[in-house]
Amino acid sequence: MKQEHIVIIGNGISGVTLARHIRKLSKQRITLISSESEYFFSRTALMYVYMGHMKWNHLKPYEDGFWKKNRIDIKKAHVSVVDHKNKELQLESGEAFPYDKLVIACGSKSNKYGWPGQDSKGVLGLYSKQDLESLEIHAPNKEVCKRAVIVGGGLIGIELAEMLSTRNIPVTLLVREKHFWNNILPDEEAKLIDRHIREHHIDLRLETNLEEISADDTGKVKAIKIKETGEVLECDFVGLTPGVSPNIDFLKSSGIELNRGVLVNRNLETSVEDIYAIGDCAEQRHPIGNRPSIEAVWYTGRMMGETLAQTLCGKPREYKPGQWFNSAKFFDIEYQTYGWVFSQLKEGHADFYWEHTDGKKCIHIQYEIESRIFKGINTFGIRLRHEVFDRWLTQKATVDGVVKNLKLANFDPEFFKSYEKEIQNKFQHTLKTI
Amino acid sequence: MSEYVNMSVTGNSPEALNVQQKLSSALGLLGVSIMILSGFNIQFQPKIVWVSLALILVFAGIFWYSKASYGHATEGVKNDRVYFKSLTNRGFWAYILGLALTAFYIVLYFYPSWIGLSSDGKNTGVVALFDPLSKAISGNAASQWFVYGTLYTLAIVGFGIKFLWKYRHNRYQRLRTFSVMFFQLGFAFLIPELMSRLNGDDFSLPYYNFVNIWPLNYYNFEQYRVDQYISAGNVGIGLLIFGVLSILVITPILTYKYGKRWYCSWVCGCGGLAETAGDSFRHLSDNSQSAWKLERWLVHTVVVFVVIMTTAVVYSYLNTDKYWLSGTAFLISVASLLTTVFTWTMLYKREELQNDAKYGAIGFFVVILSLLGLHFSGLVDKVFLFEAETLRSTYGFVIGAIFSGVVGVGFYPIFGNRVWCRFGCPMAAILGFQQRLFSKFRITTNGGQCISCGNCTTYCEMGIDVRAYAQKGENIVRSSCVGCGICASVCPRGVLKLENDTPAGRINSKEILLGNDVDLMDLVNQNK
Repeated sequence: MKQEHIVIIGNGISGVTLARHIRKLSKQRITLISSESEYFFSRTALMYVYMGHMKWNHLKPYEDGFWKKNRIDIKKAHVSVVDHKNKELQLESGEAFPYDKLVIACGSKSNKYGWPGQDSKGVLGLYSKQDLESLEIHAPNKEVCKRAVIVGGGLIGIELAEMLSTRNIPVTLLVREKHFWNNILPDEEAKLIDRHIREHHIDLRLETNLEEISADDTGKVKAIKIKETGEVLECDFVGLTPGVSPNIDFLKSSGIELNRGVLVNRNLETSVEDIYAIGDCAEQRHPIGNRPSIEAVWYTGRMMGETLAQTLCGKPREYKPGQWFNSAKFFDIEYQTYGWVFSQLKEGHADFYWEHTDGKKCIHIQYEIESRIFKGINTFGIRLRHEVFDRWLTQKATVDGVVKNLKLANFDPEFFKSYEKEIQNKFQHTLKTI
Repeated sequence: MSEYVNMSVTGNSPEALNVQQKLSSALGLLGVSIMILSGFNIQFQPKIVWVSLALILVFAGIFWYSKASYGHATEGVKNDRVYFKSLTNRGFWAYILGLALTAFYIVLYFYPSWIGLSSDGKNTGVVALFDPLSKAISGNAASQWFVYGTLYTLAIVGFGIKFLWKYRHNRYQRLRTFSVMFFQLGFAFLIPELMSRLNGDDFSLPYYNFVNIWPLNYYNFEQYRVDQYISAGNVGIGLLIFGVLSILVITPILTYKYGKRWYCSWVCGCGGLAETAGDSFRHLSDNSQSAWKLERWLVHTVVVFVVIMTTAVVYSYLNTDKYWLSGTAFLISVASLLTTVFTWTMLYKREELQNDAKYGAIGFFVVILSLLGLHFSGLVDKVFLFEAETLRSTYGFVIGAIFSGVVGVGFYPIFGNRVWCRFGCPMAAILGFQQRLFSKFRITTNGGQCISCGNCTTYCEMGIDVRAYAQKGENIVRSSCVGCGICASVCPRGVLKLENDTPAGRINSKEILLGNDVDLMDLVNQNK
């Protein structure tokens, strides 16, 4: 095979995983282009720098010499236009940068829903390195930022709330749903997290929407207004965290077929030959199983990178993700999920919920009533083994088998108190009462 | 320079210390100042009251500080603002503390008379302040080592309580900390002191801390101690045999079953101090590849040094034919043991060794055997070219005093809390060698759940790049891992678990992680 130049736009987990795997499989020339940061960093860990757990350098999973050693070229540049007819990129600097194969892995941007005042100074999302830098300017401490308002009750919203509270900044968190992350979590877990958020002295406002943001003469945010009550909250910082969407504005004129994201087939190919898309910015033409067509998750970005590397090295493969899994941490409470647990029970499904008396640990299982096949589990405050649940899901284990063998899947540190007995007793009891 | 560039984006600390933290620090420092003032021969009378007061004030200060820091917070990881504080981010106070500790160790090891040690039994200064306490426990006047032992134990117990508060949500951490507090207070401090009460004119045991095992306790088999063991009859012989069995039998069995953590983070005094008083500095350990390389060369060189030194010292007195074991027989047994270990490793574990480890092992082995060969050929009269005494005193100075004390603890606030354990401790190296090649212990990575955040690597006191393994879905099997379990504790996604399991599948390098296409995983992972 002749040596090709593979250019990857974006040096996040998708692009970097792809580059590493291509290098393992071939001698092709690889360039990673990013304007965000010179070297790959863990986006999910941005919060820990603001909280003082780590320094910026700790966020980089590979030492700076890694890229040269593995002959992966790094280019700090911003792509303005993709010109697929000439197979080249036009960079903001004016430079034209040719490619043989192009992979778009440019990730997401924070959603803004057209709120009045949303472009004021001191209003931002939390996604990029630049967002973190702005956060340090607008909310460095409680003197500069006397109150912060966060709009959006999802994973980034709660992270931002935790971050600000470590600087003793009072936080109001506006959540559109009845409970925190209630569009994903069933009521029980969502309420558990509601309580935990309040335990951390966050002013949590449920079923509350943003009406508008107002700014002072210098264009800096000074207050927000709540839609439902008309209440005005003075604040020096507004975090907009109602989710993210593909960061693809620069592709609008490219001729590549777009919808909300860059449309791709199962081989992660776009409508234009030799151009591919992976990670947050890719949108599947046909959703896979229960998965949304755009998956803005660390793990799926990595898996797409692993898959596309095979295709680009002469072994075409479809993106076929295995069993769904995810994880997060809400202040002190860890969350893991394996398989599918829906916020609203699906037709023909039943569930089993156990919560510890301390109100900080729970598991929630959903299963098919007729076949009793286990469909998924949410776990809070108890760590579970990925491998075991992956196997149970693949083998279509029954809910009875899963509960009975739960101990095999425990991943808590040694000497931790275990709750399997308690869970099994409650499960047995539930069976009898049905 | 790079340190500056390396700062967190800005790092704006809301408050350095709250009021209670300030007051409690002042209380503890008051206790310290009583000791310092006594060092300038200010007469505190009665001494027993003042020494107790000083120790109690320090303890109360630490206790109160811990409560003020963690008492009101919810249970969970407590690393907020670690990199904004001068003391824990190599700032001004870190250097002040580092200098103070270093100075303390230099005085302790080289100028004990400055703190009042007197050879004629009439101590002055700090040592004299501790006399009544020492007399109450062992019946003897205090020495600088008694002062040091008391303060060391106080630090482990006091900061142990701080650690317990900080990690109160984690039972592994709690049990482990109770364990190091217990072994320090009981085995390292009280029992040896009380044992010396048994000593009289016709019966005398060397100062013996059961959990301080050769080669950490590099002087255990020196002639004066061996003579004392032998002269103390069955008890003494028993202790001597225990000392030999500790390193040759007991240690390998426990390390096979539980990894070296059973010693390094549950029992050992150096580890105990690192885990308690040193906990605030664990993130300062260098986790770069180059530091790892330095570590491998340095720590194994110390092992070779201690083996050569001890062999030479033991040979020098056995060779006088006053003991049942002859010098020659001893040299032959040492050579056979080393040859057995070397051969076993090269035959069965070759694949698991990196190239530099192989070269190093072969190099060291050849050097030791040729030195022994030279001796037997009669070409040189001294084993290992140098006088045993020269080797002993050099080791005691360079490794025993400078490395483990001055650098090991003095530099806590600069290089992290495990510098000695990682770069210098020959015991840790021997246990680590075994942990890497012959143990059930590993840190399991939970499938594909890692998000590469880096908390594990940052807070690894041994400077292991834990994330490098976790993000590949690979278990962590490293000789230096002391099994403190902090990586698993700070992981926000429940990815890491310390466990003992069957040796099969312990090392599991993977290309494609769990969660992806099952066929792709099979294809790529098998093609490896």
